Amino acid sequence: MTETSFPTPVAPSDALLDVRHLKKYFPIRGGVLSRVVTNVKAVDDVSFSIRRGEVVGLVGESGSGKTTVGRTILRLGEPTSGVIDFDGADISKLSKPAMRRYRKRMQIVFQDPYASLNPREKIRTVLGHALAVHNIGTSADREDRIVAMLEQVGLSGDYLDRFPHEFSGGQRQRIGIARALAVEPDFIVADEPVSALDVSIQAQVVNLLEDLKDKFSLTMLFIAHDLAVVEHISDRVIVMYLGRIMEIAPTRTLYRNPNHPYTKALLSAVPNPDITARKDRIILKGDIPSPINPPSGCVFRTRCPIAIADCAKVVPVPVEVSPAHFSACIRTAPQPAYGQLAAQDMP
Amino acid sequence: MSDAFASSPTARTNEPPLLEVEDLQTSFIVGEGQDVRAVDGVSFVVKGGETLAIVGESGSGKSVTSLSIMRLLPKKIGRISRGTIRLRGKDLVGLPEGEMRAIRGNDIGMIFQEPMTSLNPVHTIGTQIAEVVMQHSKLGKKQAHQRAIEMLELVGIPEPVRRASQYPHEMSGGMRQRAMIAMALSCEPSVLIADEPTTALDVTIQAQILDLMRNLQAKMGMAIVFITHDLGVVAEMADRVVVMYAGQVVETGTVAEIFTKPLMPYTSGLMQSIPRMGEYEEKTRLQTIPGYVPLLTKLPGGCRFRTRCAFAEDRCAAAEPPLEVLDSGRSVRCVRWRELDLKTKATA
Repeated sequence: MTETSFPTPVAPSDALLDVRHLKKYFPIRGGVLSRVVTNVKAVDDVSFSIRRGEVVGLVGESGSGKTTVGRTILRLGEPTSGVIDFDGADISKLSKPAMRRYRKRMQIVFQDPYASLNPREKIRTVLGHALAVHNIGTSADREDRIVAMLEQVGLSGDYLDRFPHEFSGGQRQRIGIARALAVEPDFIVADEPVSALDVSIQAQVVNLLEDLKDKFSLTMLFIAHDLAVVEHISDRVIVMYLGRIMEIAPTRTLYRNPNHPYTKALLSAVPNPDITARKDRIILKGDIPSPINPPSGCVFRTRCPIAIADCAKVVPVPVEVSPAHFSACIRTAPQPAYGQLAAQDMP
Repeated sequence: MSDAFASSPTARTNEPPLLEVEDLQTSFIVGEGQDVRAVDGVSFVVKGGETLAIVGESGSGKSVTSLSIMRLLPKKIGRISRGTIRLRGKDLVGLPEGEMRAIRGNDIGMIFQEPMTSLNPVHTIGTQIAEVVMQHSKLGKKQAHQRAIEMLELVGIPEPVRRASQYPHEMSGGMRQRAMIAMALSCEPSVLIADEPTTALDVTIQAQILDLMRNLQAKMGMAIVFITHDLGVVAEMADRVVVMYAGQVVETGTVAEIFTKPLMPYTSGLMQSIPRMGEYEEKTRLQTIPGYVPLLTKLPGGCRFRTRCAFAEDRCAAAEPPLEVLDSGRSVRCVRWRELDLKTKATA
């Protein structure tokens, strides 16, 4: 099998997070003995890094594995294999107690804060738990911290004794953010944090995340399917499809000069609110294949407008097509070893 | 209440417009005899073959408007409390359920965000479409099934014969949405109401479905009422636009008018708060509309948007502004619109 590591444009010492060859397979069991029949390869050999203070966007459609990447690097699910290097230490195999030290430093903001807030707990309790679990502050000064945190996210301290259902969607997301930040993490995974919000509220929360990122020098992995939001907030962007990374590039490069045919199709599919700029659209045929049985070679080839027979044979290697811009496509990013491979395969 | 599109070309001829909603008010019981008006005095016209987008955020009343037209409001708690909905001049509001059933599907088809809620999980796709066809035509079982297969082919479902014998759960989200479109269009209705039809879909699949809807409209000539919160989709699909806020129409116009020169601060605020792709040289801050959409039980007096409006004055609180119809045919609900020069994009 071909080595498909995305070389990192980040010097190791700058990287807060360095993910190498991460795999996360979910077994599917069947038969009377419930043996593992097959695996869903949700994340299949993914490598990337995030430097301190950087916001990296992770985009992809359903089944791309983007959410699984976010959860696995926080060890909310056990990786099948691979290295998750956080601040110089591999956390991929740490035991639960050993992991606790890192939990405080790595937090997550979910898409639906309502599902992640206990409906029977007042906001005081919700945020108090977060502090108590990590032994932050004495019980006496915790309340002050909670009020300060609520104010940081634009909510009033008067809300302490309210229940989650008494808040609007945007306010609940602010509470979710307050909870994640209460323990003063270095690193945040924001998993579709604004997808469930109305447009006018979405902008408020995006601005809030940007402010807090600056204020607390946060490093962030921003997972979303909304390409415009990702462009707005990210320094670099990773594009995933069916468990694999297709392209990584600095944000402006990716949006202005995408290399991978999937990225091009994805960007062109976004409805444009500018009526004066109608553009040619690449409409991909068919559906996203099942990750249980992904296509051989390049996983995108079954929907790719420029696929050739060779695309079924090799898993493309990421190639640096411009500074810090990597693409994994044998058609658009000439493969170093590809000439040899193709020659061998020829009759 | 004025007709929002009174001076539109169709209104000037003697022929009644295809679909005309006038002063529609839909109320819901929210407990202890308290009523809220989810839709409050909404008027608009849909012309044959056009696409009218109704755009708004949650609580704007856009979906309740479409359910009112279809007379599919939840029984007991929801009812049309005022106004008329005329299809080619015939009022649907007081129509007996039996007659209304004939209109649904035959004259007005509807598709929803989540096809699973309107597809029956225990029948095959082919059977379900055939059933709709049989209800609305004199076709026999065999012919109706043949028609179902033709429809599946028309909406671009590969291997339509095999797919017709599949159950909804055996299909992907995009395929299910195609199947629902096939069902809604099987009797060639003159109006298709599409309520957030692509919101649950991935963006590459959304592009397929939007393309399909445009092609089917060109082929079959139906009008589309496209309900969405996505301004990008509105820009791509609509001929004309109705903007709703807190149960009311706040602005109407052609897609060019709305997107190049919005007159209502809410419309302009929405446009400025969407991040746009590939537009910025440097990071800019998104413009926001402060605050939250008001609850229908706690509406501010006067203009419903005034508590969030950057241009609000004392007189905005004094009385609810009427929907003013301009000579061009577009309309706006704002007492200050003449004085304002509103932007469509956030600037650095």
